[in-house]
Amino acid sequence: MAPGRLDATFAALADPTRRAILARLASGEASVTELAEPFKMSQPAISKHLKVLERAGLVSRGRDAQRRPRRRAAKPLAEATKWLERYRKYWEGNYQRLDALLEELQARPKKRQRAKR
Amino acid sequence: MKDINKSAKPATRKKSAKNKLQITTPSDRELAMTRVFDAPRTLVWDALTRPELVQRWLGVRAGWSMPVCEIDLKVGGTYRYVWRKGDDGFEMGMRGVYRDIVRPERIVATEVFDDPWYAGDALDTQTFVERGGKTTLTTTVRYASKEVRDAVLKSPMESGVAESYNNLEELLASTRARETK
Repeated sequence: MAPGRLDATFAALADPTRRAILARLASGEASVTELAEPFKMSQPAISKHLKVLERAGLVSRGRDAQRRPRRRAAKPLAEATKWLERYRKYWEGNYQRLDALLEELQARPKKRQRAKR
Repeated sequence: MKDINKSAKPATRKKSAKNKLQITTPSDRELAMTRVFDAPRTLVWDALTRPELVQRWLGVRAGWSMPVCEIDLKVGGTYRYVWRKGDDGFEMGMRGVYRDIVRPERIVATEVFDDPWYAGDALDTQTFVERGGKTTLTTTVRYASKEVRDAVLKSPMESGVAESYNNLEELLASTRARETK
């Protein structure tokens, strides 16, 4: 994924309404009218949010020409999460080995003290 | 996060499992990692600055070793790390220069990879804060640009795992932090 696309993903996800829209779409596609209802927002306001989500590739339009339902596209979200996850995994591993080492280092002098007695 | 700790192989001791790695983006060009260790900071300092100790944990994930680890711990001194992958002998090296050293509180150093996978030097700042016998280690990496930092984040450092909403939460938190800048 190009950095520009990632930025669009993050910008899209930064807004609570847009995250709520994504959460709603996770349970199935919905029309703009259906989406506007629970959010107590006007259709133009919802449409604006949808545009941002569509630009980021997070939401796509369904086939039905009349309802024009929106559906969630999982890929960009999964990609954005994946790259952070890689970095995290790498450092989690490092730090877990460091935990074990620190524990060993702390155990060492105690043993020596005991041996002296 | 909890899932990740559970699935991890070595130190899944109850003690360390609580210590959660936090990744944030304090600014456009920075990436910060914070982690608590159950040890006094002089010990954590040693584990991060003594070659024979660094070789035991840094980047030595399954299949990898660290045959070269040279550390000249003084301002203007250099460090040199080389990792080797056991099965095919593939090597990856990095080096840097120490800019500031305040034992056992802070280390500032540049970092550059032999085969750079991102543009320009990065500046690493490590801070060690001790409280109640535990040490909070914060590593902040400042990259040449925001684009570079974003590229680093999506580099293939290790094979990815499945999507997790816990990570997404942190992702969102860091995005918010970035936007308020």
